[in-house]
Amino acid sequence: MFSSFMVNTWLAATTVAAIAGVVGFFVVLRGASFVAHAVPKSAFAGAAGASLLGISTLGGLGAFSLLGALTIGWLGRRGRHDVATALSIVVMLGLGALFLSWSAEYASEIYALLFGQVLGVSGSEVLVTVVLGAVSLLAVATLYRPLLLSSATPELAATRGLRSSRVELAFLLLVALVTTTAVPVVGALLMFSLMIGPAGAAQALSRRPATAICLSTAIALCTVWLSIAASYLSNWPIGFFVGTLAGLAYVAARLAAAALRRRAVSVERLGAAGR
Amino acid sequence: MARPGRRLLLADAVSTCPPGRHGEARAEVLALDGVDVWLSGRKVLSEVSFAIRAGEFTGVIGSNGAGKTTMFRVVLGLEAASSGQVLLDGESASHRSRRSIGYVPQKVVLEPDLPLRARDLVGLGLDAHKLGVPWPSRARRDAVDEMLAGVGATSLADARVGTLSGGELQRVLIAHALMSGPRLLILDEPLANLDIRSGQEIVELLAGLAHGHNVAVLMAAHDINPLLEVMDRVVYLAGGRAASGTVGEVVRPDVLSRLYGHPVSVLDVEGRILVIAGSNIQAVGTLEDDLGEHRH
Repeated sequence: MFSSFMVNTWLAATTVAAIAGVVGFFVVLRGASFVAHAVPKSAFAGAAGASLLGISTLGGLGAFSLLGALTIGWLGRRGRHDVATALSIVVMLGLGALFLSWSAEYASEIYALLFGQVLGVSGSEVLVTVVLGAVSLLAVATLYRPLLLSSATPELAATRGLRSSRVELAFLLLVALVTTTAVPVVGALLMFSLMIGPAGAAQALSRRPATAICLSTAIALCTVWLSIAASYLSNWPIGFFVGTLAGLAYVAARLAAAALRRRAVSVERLGAAGR
Repeated sequence: MARPGRRLLLADAVSTCPPGRHGEARAEVLALDGVDVWLSGRKVLSEVSFAIRAGEFTGVIGSNGAGKTTMFRVVLGLEAASSGQVLLDGESASHRSRRSIGYVPQKVVLEPDLPLRARDLVGLGLDAHKLGVPWPSRARRDAVDEMLAGVGATSLADARVGTLSGGELQRVLIAHALMSGPRLLILDEPLANLDIRSGQEIVELLAGLAHGHNVAVLMAAHDINPLLEVMDRVVYLAGGRAASGTVGEVVRPDVLSRLYGHPVSVLDVEGRILVIAGSNIQAVGTLEDDLGEHRH
């Protein structure tokens, strides 16, 4: 499990989990889970198109992520955001299906695009992942305050000269960047669960933004590490473990938060009764 | 409460500007001059002109749809006036000068499980537009604590913003808006959805800011009565037009009838004002009795 063959896997997966945890915090904060679902679908279509043309998969994937994010931003400003997002998913999945039917790719490659290929990542792929991951983190750190205020209350941000359309655009570009980084490793479907589950769990557990981001990253890392190990040992698909663990983390966090609240209330009551 | 070498917003305002109402020499903080606003082919505001000064509490009174929010959005630069101009400190409002306006919007929707404490939101009032990660510092924490204490929200500091009650949230939003040290604080219907007691507390807090700390407070409300005791000036909006002056100058049957384009009566019922349609109501001691000729 820790052989040299697996080192790249651990490195790439760790990078992806870290950025998914951080960017996922803002995805959940903005209530933009649906967008985080749509952009990786664009990436899937882009990758399928690129392999059909015989060009770099990463290039096609990045271009389509960007295109998908910009389309959602552009249409969302003119109509209902959820409708624009949903239609992007549908169109992109349709395009992906068309490209795949034209190409002579093996089913395993398609499977990898959707569910990831955590096992057997090459050295050059790891380098790209780490560089893109670092750029994503740097972007989040730069935009931290405007993104935090605008995501929590766009009304207040607008009065500070932070136009919500511009912050939205920056956010969509960030999601496109993270998608480009992560989809080759964890796949278009799993990317989504890794961004939502840990961040949702963290926000239930902590009321401090900085703590919640750290928690979200920690949960994403644990999810991915456990999934790789479990997948390696059981030979079951890693997607099963990532999706299930992300969901479990969220449910466990909600239950824990509710239990803590109940305890706080009963302690308060005891205190009041003692006075 | 002031320690040297630290940025103290409320305290600074007190020390640099002696308290006192109706200082005639005070400069105009905000002035609107003949502002017209068209929104989707409809004239929402027409020839709106008024000025407010530092240390004044001004109520913007009008029913729903009278154009209160639109007027604020024009002042904030979120909506463009088709003619007329907005002056801040005597100069035409710019992107830069508008950033120094404190604003509390009417509708702030906050999810209950938002991972943001009241102190985080107040802190963002200081530097939300800046890039980079805010490093926790003693000065920043003290400034936030002091502001929370100033609005009477110290006990709320560590609560999630989404779990605050209406009155509590208003205090925190006011603290957020004050963090940048604005000379003009605009509030859009802060009393909406508040119970009578919380509403009165918010009015007292705002009056203290205006009269004690020299902030120009401009506050929208659909009911004039909660503001009567503290208001220095009223801007009455109806039918897209505005009349401004002291309460006595504006809240009169003749002025309001002209504004509404329909005869109205102004009743004074034990110190409370009622504005009612129709001119044939026998007024019980109208305000006109104790007022001279109005200027408009």
